[in-house]
Amino acid sequence: MVNIEINGKALSVPEGSTILSAAQGAGIPIPHLCYLKGINEIAACRICVVELEGTQRLIPACNTQVEEGMVIKTNSPRVRSARRTNLRLILSEHNSTCTTCIRSGNCALQTLSHDLNIHYQPYRLQPEKSRVDLDAPVVREASKCIKCMRCVQICDKVQGMHIWDVAGTGSRTTVDVSFNRLLKNTDCTFCGQCVTHCPTGALTIRDDSNKVLRALADPEITTVIQVAPAVRVAWAEAFSLSPKFATAGRMVAALRRMGFDYIFDTNFTADLTIMEEGSEFLERYTHRGKYRWPMFTSCCPGWVRFVKSQFPSYTECLSTAKSPQQMFGAIAKSYFAEKKGIDPHKMFVVSIMPCSAKKSECELPTMKDACGDPDVDAVLTTREMVRLLRSDCIVPTDLPEEPFDSPLGSGTGAAVIFGASGGVMDAALRSAYYLATSKNPKPDAFSAVRGDNPWKEASFTIPGAGTVRVAVVSSLSSTRALMEALEDGTVDYDFVEVMACPGGCAGGGGQPIHDGVEMAAERGELLWELDAKSKIRFSHENPDIKTLYSEYLKEPLGKKSHHLLHTDHAAWSVPTAKENT
Amino acid sequence: MSRLDIKTPSQAQAVVDQLYRGMERRIAASPPGLCPIDMALNFLNLCHAQTCGKCVPCRIGLGQLSNMLQAVLDDEADLRTIHRIETTAQAIVDTADCAIGINAAQLVLMGLKGFRDDYEEHILRHRCLGGLKNPVPCVALCPAGVDIPGYIALINAGRYDDAVKLIRKDNPFPTACAYICEHPCEARCRRNMVDDPLNIRGLKRYAVDHAGDVPQPSCAPATGKTVAVVGGGPGGLSAAYYLSLMGHKVTVFEKQKLLGGMLRYGIPSYRFPREKLDTEIASILSLGIEVHTEVDVGTQPSLDDLRKQFDCLYLSVGAHTDKKTGISGEDSNGVISAVEMLRRIGDGELPDFTGMNVVVIGGGNVAMDVTRSAIRLGAKKVSCVYRRRQADMTAQQEEVEGAIAEGAEVLTLEAPLKIEANEDGHVVALWTKPQIIGEVDAMGRPRPNDAAVEFKRIPADVVIVAIGQGIETHGFEQSGVKIQRGGTVLANASTQLPDVEGVFAGGDCVTGPATVIRAIAAGKVAAANIDEYLGFNHEIVADVQIPTPDLSDLRPRGRINTSERDASERKGDFQCIECGFTDEEAQKESARCLRCDHFGYGIFKGGRVEKW
Repeated sequence: MVNIEINGKALSVPEGSTILSAAQGAGIPIPHLCYLKGINEIAACRICVVELEGTQRLIPACNTQVEEGMVIKTNSPRVRSARRTNLRLILSEHNSTCTTCIRSGNCALQTLSHDLNIHYQPYRLQPEKSRVDLDAPVVREASKCIKCMRCVQICDKVQGMHIWDVAGTGSRTTVDVSFNRLLKNTDCTFCGQCVTHCPTGALTIRDDSNKVLRALADPEITTVIQVAPAVRVAWAEAFSLSPKFATAGRMVAALRRMGFDYIFDTNFTADLTIMEEGSEFLERYTHRGKYRWPMFTSCCPGWVRFVKSQFPSYTECLSTAKSPQQMFGAIAKSYFAEKKGIDPHKMFVVSIMPCSAKKSECELPTMKDACGDPDVDAVLTTREMVRLLRSDCIVPTDLPEEPFDSPLGSGTGAAVIFGASGGVMDAALRSAYYLATSKNPKPDAFSAVRGDNPWKEASFTIPGAGTVRVAVVSSLSSTRALMEALEDGTVDYDFVEVMACPGGCAGGGGQPIHDGVEMAAERGELLWELDAKSKIRFSHENPDIKTLYSEYLKEPLGKKSHHLLHTDHAAWSVPTAKENT
Repeated sequence: MSRLDIKTPSQAQAVVDQLYRGMERRIAASPPGLCPIDMALNFLNLCHAQTCGKCVPCRIGLGQLSNMLQAVLDDEADLRTIHRIETTAQAIVDTADCAIGINAAQLVLMGLKGFRDDYEEHILRHRCLGGLKNPVPCVALCPAGVDIPGYIALINAGRYDDAVKLIRKDNPFPTACAYICEHPCEARCRRNMVDDPLNIRGLKRYAVDHAGDVPQPSCAPATGKTVAVVGGGPGGLSAAYYLSLMGHKVTVFEKQKLLGGMLRYGIPSYRFPREKLDTEIASILSLGIEVHTEVDVGTQPSLDDLRKQFDCLYLSVGAHTDKKTGISGEDSNGVISAVEMLRRIGDGELPDFTGMNVVVIGGGNVAMDVTRSAIRLGAKKVSCVYRRRQADMTAQQEEVEGAIAEGAEVLTLEAPLKIEANEDGHVVALWTKPQIIGEVDAMGRPRPNDAAVEFKRIPADVVIVAIGQGIETHGFEQSGVKIQRGGTVLANASTQLPDVEGVFAGGDCVTGPATVIRAIAAGKVAAANIDEYLGFNHEIVADVQIPTPDLSDLRPRGRINTSERDASERKGDFQCIECGFTDEEAQKESARCLRCDHFGYGIFKGGRVEKW
């Protein structure tokens, strides 16, 4: 332990602590901006400066370690003045058009400026010019970038993709796509982690809400909306409501008030995914020699882009099952359209996703299987949904709980956990066990794949089939480590679940943003609770799924399934080379 | 009003003079990779501030050039702007009245030629080709990329063994470099901005002198691959060292009796004691490297023989042949080449120059080495003859000053004309043509021209020719190795030879005579690429924790230089000239390090390369 004094308070703190963490622990917050714990501790913004007795200059609190006997003042007149000066300098290069900014009300810079009582700006405003490129789902507006470098660090350290880099030198130093490329020409997975860790509105996900509003305004069009599992445990955060109150039922009520014709649940097609992918796994597992191993899940489009660009030879190991979002679109515009007598060309399928990569997934040339149009017409993130509700003045506290529509609105406990890392694996194993043995396992038999660890391993024995060695991984840096271990032969699995975002979809790039706070684990917990409380916890027991098979698809991996629910991952390409374009 | 005043600078002028010195130091510390147009713009603005204001081209034109460069950087220009910059600058060159405007516009024109692609990239794609890839200046300028802030911090913490381990990650010759490295790392040290560059080499010397016997790391499991290294100098042994660590079986073939290359056969022991060299080589060989000395690869065995026997070859034969002056009488008795003399000294055969007049021809480091060796070999008088000025000598200035202090005469602006011999064919004098310094050549060095004065006769019993070295490559050409016009081996930046499968080359034989650290760097690069070529990806790491930096003290303080033994004492022996730092000096000097690996960009990107 190290003894220090902060603002006259004597403290004993663990060796190796930073001044920032020591002060925070003692209830003395030090304002900071670029800092992101464990990821970006580069002391670039100089907002967290403090006065240390015995040194001539002010020092950054975020990356200076405590030393015995330090006497620190966090709000001395010198600190106060320097901190405000630095913040004004940052603001002089920031396009502070807060009234029309997506991040207004949830912007670390705005909050800090407000908190530090900044009312006027003595410096000439000179924000960098923006050249906004809407070709990719991730959009950068340079004039709002404060060069905190968090995006670069997240992409380097957490996702290991090195898409963002510092560009230019001297006073014109900025952030741009690495190797002077355009984002659309890169191997970016569009995971959106840079966006959820951006303190300002410099990085955003392309807003597609106008497309949806146009469809809602067209009386000829039937609007069908699906909501992904992880959305229901996060949307409440944006309204500062408890998730216990802001249930999926209230979300359904809110969407119904917006005027969508059918409000369905992606959980339904999550169950369907399990039927297809679980059967596919059993087919591969019982014909081992015919396939390359392991089999990978394919529901995360960030991961699919990743494997195709980073480890292309493993593309053949991806399950051919489409993601729940795309299965939904294909079923909505075929089975459901037929059932209701709706012209699928006049149906507009919207997804609400915790994800930014889903926007690029629905645009893939291979995702037009039901009627030739895109199976999913528009993808909105959780944040876009919240913005739409706000703009319609829908107040969730005034709403009752309402059920999803039928028949694509039902989902089991096994489906809702798709939103948490380990959930797809858990759900798949529950049904694979049943498919192999005709008996249900205990629903919590596979709980070893749950939890926060980014790379989890387990083995389960399915009587009659054998031992299945599985791995669950989330975040692309952990994924790369796993893939390299596979390549080196140091690990060997039968079935691997991969989610690009840390913690899975719960921590997705489309989820509500809380500066400096990681919410994936907390949201994931809520999903596991929803599963535990579900009456049905096995995908194969979803009655609407049973009906879908008996009425329409006939059997998993059957002809119709093959056409509507499976895809050729090799039929489109992702740029791989890191060259100038 | 008095009729005349004594010129006394105003207070403001005195401060501005200080600021000039500050800026000079700052320019010296400028890191590589900055946007060249941004730099050109700011140089131009400085030039513009210097205009006296009388003439139009300079007063207005430089300002308009500045506006146009600014427009290029601010994405407000098109390709016509480049043309406008060019015609404006040319008009200023043609019409300005004095050097202030002419030279400023010339700098702009030079930039337009030198980095036109940067101009175009800014205009067309609004991007800069520049980028701060290696933000720690000393590491960026060390050819081998040694983790300098890391080992300085370890020295400051008293962890000398760890300092040596850390250096060995990138350079297996910490001791050799501690004694004789030309320390390019110091050139742009950020400490320049405060006072003076850190004495990096002096600190390294302290570390190696105070580290005990630091054992080498263990090698990776054997790969079964074999590599032959041709030439056991610093470059070859560096490649051998890393390849052995990677688990490959390395055999070194050396033409001379002993290993070490120019470290033994070029650098005199008064600069680098032989026992230190022997210890360092023994430590490298402890990894299990096989050595065959007195083998002339190229004759017996041929390169093709080796290619058959080994999976891969690294050529690092150095530059050991002498160059001739071509003046008459060069074949007289008593005329010897510096290479020849230093090689004999390396093998322990010391010539006796007692009472003789020795004349050395040349102005490089080798010329200084033989000059100072000749003094130690008893010469009555040693004269070093050079055709340019002392400032133009390629030798390090401290070497020249050291030689002068030991009693050498440096005769500059004397071009060798002929060697006069007596009837026995033995040299008696060197005749020279006195020179006058003239116009600057393309490389920026003023050229000497014949002066209108009498030829000069310099009496000599021995003439030592030290005007450069060549490369012995005749045995290689038959095996398909391409030799360039300067006689050097053609190899690319990854040390690979074009068209000769599995053969790599680096060091002096590729670059021409250069420095030890560049040869070591080539060996390191070769090792990485050979490993890759053999189908592996071994990583070289140092298991050393670097101390967290203290808050840096930016108060200007003097650089501590190492001292030397008295000239009168040291010139009588071949013992080491330089005295290492005292404990106090090492402590104080290491504390001057600004830790660019942590402060500034280093903590964000590129501050530390932990493995390669």
